[in-house]
Amino acid sequence: MDIMNGRTVKGVNFRGLQDSGDPLELSKKYVEQGADELVFLDITATIENRQAWLALVRRIARQLNLPFTVGGGIGNVEDARQLIYAGADKISVNTAAVQRPALITELAREFGSQCIVVAIDAGLANGQWRVFTHGGRRVTSLPVVTWAREVAQRGAGEILLTSMAHDGTKGGFALELTSRVTTAVHLPVIASGGAGSEAHFATLFQQTTATGALAASIFHFGEVSIPTLKSYLHKHKIPVRL
Amino acid sequence: MIAIIKYNAGNIGSVQNALDRLGYKSIITNDPNAIRQADKVIFPGVGEAASAMSYLRAHQLDNTILSLQQPVLAICLGLQLLCRYSAEGYTACLGVFDTVVEPFPAGSIVPHMGWNNFSDLPGTPNELLRGVNRQDDLYYVHSYYARVCSHTIATARYGVTFSAALHKDNFYATQFHPEKSAATGEQVLQNFLKL
Repeated sequence: MDIMNGRTVKGVNFRGLQDSGDPLELSKKYVEQGADELVFLDITATIENRQAWLALVRRIARQLNLPFTVGGGIGNVEDARQLIYAGADKISVNTAAVQRPALITELAREFGSQCIVVAIDAGLANGQWRVFTHGGRRVTSLPVVTWAREVAQRGAGEILLTSMAHDGTKGGFALELTSRVTTAVHLPVIASGGAGSEAHFATLFQQTTATGALAASIFHFGEVSIPTLKSYLHKHKIPVRL
Repeated sequence: MIAIIKYNAGNIGSVQNALDRLGYKSIITNDPNAIRQADKVIFPGVGEAASAMSYLRAHQLDNTILSLQQPVLAICLGLQLLCRYSAEGYTACLGVFDTVVEPFPAGSIVPHMGWNNFSDLPGTPNELLRGVNRQDDLYYVHSYYARVCSHTIATARYGVTFSAALHKDNFYATQFHPEKSAATGEQVLQNFLKL
C-alpha cells in the first residue's frame, strides 16, 4: 500500500494517483482474505508528516497479526529505529541506500539482516536495466544486478524488486529481470510490478525462484481476489498458505 | 500477569500487541524479580545470539530464566538461546534443550523468511500445538536452526529438517513467530496462555 496523507493511493507506472482506501480497513480486509504479508510505503515521506506516519504504524502494529514492512524516507538508523519501535517487522530502504550504500550495513548491524529490506526500482534506460531512485523519477547509471549483489553483500535480508516497466501494466511480472536477480543473490526476492491475473503469479513462481510476489492495484480494486489467487496457485502445485 | 523478557532483541512489542489482541495483560521487563513473579513468561526476540547472551548475563537474566518454574514460551532467538550452543558467534547458550544451533547450509536462500508448514507433527501433538495441523503454515524469520533432538515436538523442513518447536518441563519454544502467524499462531499462543 502506497500511503499519502494517511490514505492508500495507487498510480500507473508510478503516476496518476487514485485514492484506494483507508490503510487500516484495507489491512483488515487483506488479513481476512489471506494475504501473507503487507507493505506500507509512505510516498510523501516529509518531515512534517513523520509523527502522523509513526502513529499510523503503531495502529497497524496493534491490529495486524501478520508481518509487515514499512518504507519511505528512511535515511538513517534513527529513522529506522522509530519505525521498528513503532512495531514494524521490517523496514525498507531505497533512494537513501543508493546514495549511501553503507546505510544498509549500519541498519543490518543495528537491527539484524532479517528486518532490512532493500527496495529496488528497476527501469529500462537505453535497453539496460538500471536502478531508479526518488520514487522512480531519477535514473542512475547503476545496473540492477550489480546493485542487488552489493545489497546482499552489505547485509540486506530481502530484496523487493519492482519493475517500473511492468508496474501498473497488468501484463505480467518481469520474469527475465527477476531471474537475473535471484540467480545473482542468495536472498529472498519479492517480485513486484505487472500482476494482472492469477496466471501471472503462477508463471512467476514456475519460471523464477522469486520467494514472493507483491501486488497492489489489482487487490485494491478487486480485479484479483487473494482467496481465488491462492486456490489457483494451489491447483497449479505452487506451495501457498491456505 | 505475563512477563515478556526485555533484552537487546528486536520487535518485542509485537508479542505484547498479540497478547493485547487476545485480551491478556503483559509487561515488558528485564527486572529478574518481576520475571520470577509472573504467572507466565515469554522469552521472544530476533537478533544475534552472542550479543543477546552477553546482555542476559550482564543483567543476571541467564540465571533468572533457568530458575523459572512457571510456563515459559521462547520464540525464535529465544528458542535458540535455550539450546546448548549456537554457531552464531560461537556462543555457549542456556542449555535447557539438549541440542545445538547451526546455520542453514551454504547456498540456501537465507534468512528462511516466510510461511512454512510442519514436516513432522505427532498425531496427538504436544499441548502447545493442540488444534494445529501438520499442513498449517506458520511464519518464520531465521538464518540459524536448532537440530532435531529428544525435546523436539514438531519439525519443519527448509533444505534441512529442523526443530520447529521444543518442550522440556516448563519450557516451551517455537522457531516460528506465533505473534505473526495469523489464526494458527493465535491458537498456539492461546494453548500456552491456558497452560
